[in-house]
Amino acid sequence: MTDVLIVGASAGGLAVAEALRRKGHQGGLTVLGAEPHPPYDRPPLSKQVLAGTWESEQAHLRAETELDKLGATFILGDPAVRLDPEAREVSTASGRTLRAQAVVLATGLTPSRLPGQDGLAGVHVLRSLDDALALRAHLLEGPRLVVVGEGVLGAEVAATARGLGLDVTLVGLGRAVLADQLGDPAAALLTRKHAEHGVQLRLGVGVQGLASESGRVTGVRLASGELLPADAVVVAIGSRPATGWLGDSGLALRDGVECDSRCRAGDGVYAVGDVASWQHEGLGRRLRLENRTNAVEQAQVVAANILGEDLAYAPVPYFWTDQYDVKLQVHGLPSPEAEVSVVEGDPEQNRFVALYRLDGVVTAVLGWNMAKAARLRRDRLGTT
Amino acid sequence: MNVIVDTDKCCGAGSCVLLAPEVFDQGEEDGIVILLDPSPAEPLHAAVREAAAVCPAAAITLDGQS
Repeated sequence: MTDVLIVGASAGGLAVAEALRRKGHQGGLTVLGAEPHPPYDRPPLSKQVLAGTWESEQAHLRAETELDKLGATFILGDPAVRLDPEAREVSTASGRTLRAQAVVLATGLTPSRLPGQDGLAGVHVLRSLDDALALRAHLLEGPRLVVVGEGVLGAEVAATARGLGLDVTLVGLGRAVLADQLGDPAAALLTRKHAEHGVQLRLGVGVQGLASESGRVTGVRLASGELLPADAVVVAIGSRPATGWLGDSGLALRDGVECDSRCRAGDGVYAVGDVASWQHEGLGRRLRLENRTNAVEQAQVVAANILGEDLAYAPVPYFWTDQYDVKLQVHGLPSPEAEVSVVEGDPEQNRFVALYRLDGVVTAVLGWNMAKAARLRRDRLGTT
Repeated sequence: MNVIVDTDKCCGAGSCVLLAPEVFDQGEEDGIVILLDPSPAEPLHAAVREAAAVCPAAAITLDGQS
C-alpha cells in the first residue's frame, strides 16, 4: 500500500509528485511510467532535440539528484494496463499490482495514425523521446520529408526540418498553417513564413494514403491525386487521450478521463494533463487541453485536493510555439471564428499583439514576437 | 534560497512573472526570463517555489530550500 500512486511519469505526473511534497505530504509516493526514461519534457522534442541543438539529457525535467530528493518510488518502463477505481488498484504490463489511497491518472496522449501506417518503415509519429531520436536519425540521412498535419506539431517539425536543410512538404486539411487554432491573420502570416523558408505547402487537401514498396514508404498520395514522393513521413494529425487501459474501469471516458471541477474522476481518483477533461467553472464548460502549461498548473490543484483542499481548477489556457524567427504566445482560447484585432505592433514588422473576440468578449490574446506585451493583456480576457 | 534560471530552456510563458514579479521579469519580444533577484527574501519563497513548480519549461532551479 502506498499513499499516492501517480500513473504517468511525464510533466503532469512529476508535477503532482513535487507539489504533494511541497505542500507537506510525507506519505508514500509512487510514480509509474510507461517509458524507460526519467521524466522528460516534450515541447523540445520537435524543436531542440529534433534539431540536435540539445542532447536528449537536456530534455530531462529534473536532475537525478533532484528526483532522489523527492523521496518517491519511480517504476519506469512498465505501462499500466488496468485500473480498479473502487480498490484504487493498478495492474501493470509486467504483472505488478499497486494499491494506493489516491490514484492520479496522467497517461497523456496517443498519437493518431494513418491507415496503413503501422509496420511501414520510414513513417514516424512524434510523441516520445525515442520517437524524436528515431526521426532525427532518419532525417540526418537527408531524405525528402513529408509532414502530414498543419497543426502546432506538424508546423514545428516542418520548421525544424527546414533548419536541417531538408526538402520539406507540409500537407494539411486546413487552408493555412494553424488555421484551426489561430484563424487569420496569424495563420496566414505563419503560412507565409513557411513558404518563405522553403516549405512546399499542400493545404486544404486530405491524404488518401501512403505509397510504399517492400515495406518502406515511398510517398504520400493526396486526395487530389497528386503523389508526393517521400523517404520519410511524419504523421502529426492529432492525438487521442491515452485511456485505452481504462476501458473496463467504469470511469467516464467520453473525451479523456472525465473529471469534475476539482479534477476528480472518482472517489480518490484524479486526472491531470492531456488525458483529463474537467468542468472549467470560469468558462462554464468542459475543457480538455493538450498543452504543457496545463499539465503543471492542473497538477498544483490535484495535489492540493488530494491533501484535503477543495479547489476548482479554472486556469487561463496558454500555449506557445516557436517556428523560424517567430515566437507565438497564446493566452485564452482563440478560435477561427473569432473577430481578431491587432492592438499593438504591426504584423508586417513581425511583431504584434492581437485580441480575439467572440460576441464582443475577449477570448484570447496572441503575442507574435511580443511575449511580454501579450501577457500584460491577459486581464482583457473576459472583458469587452 | 538561490534562484537559478536557464534562459536556454525558458519558453517565455511568463508564469514566473505572474507569480513573483519581485523576482522575475521577461524580455519584451522573446519573453525570456530576466532574474531580478537571485536571492529573494523569505516572504517571497513560497511564490518562487510555485513559480519553479509551474514553469512550463522547467527552467527555474532552486538551491538551498530554507
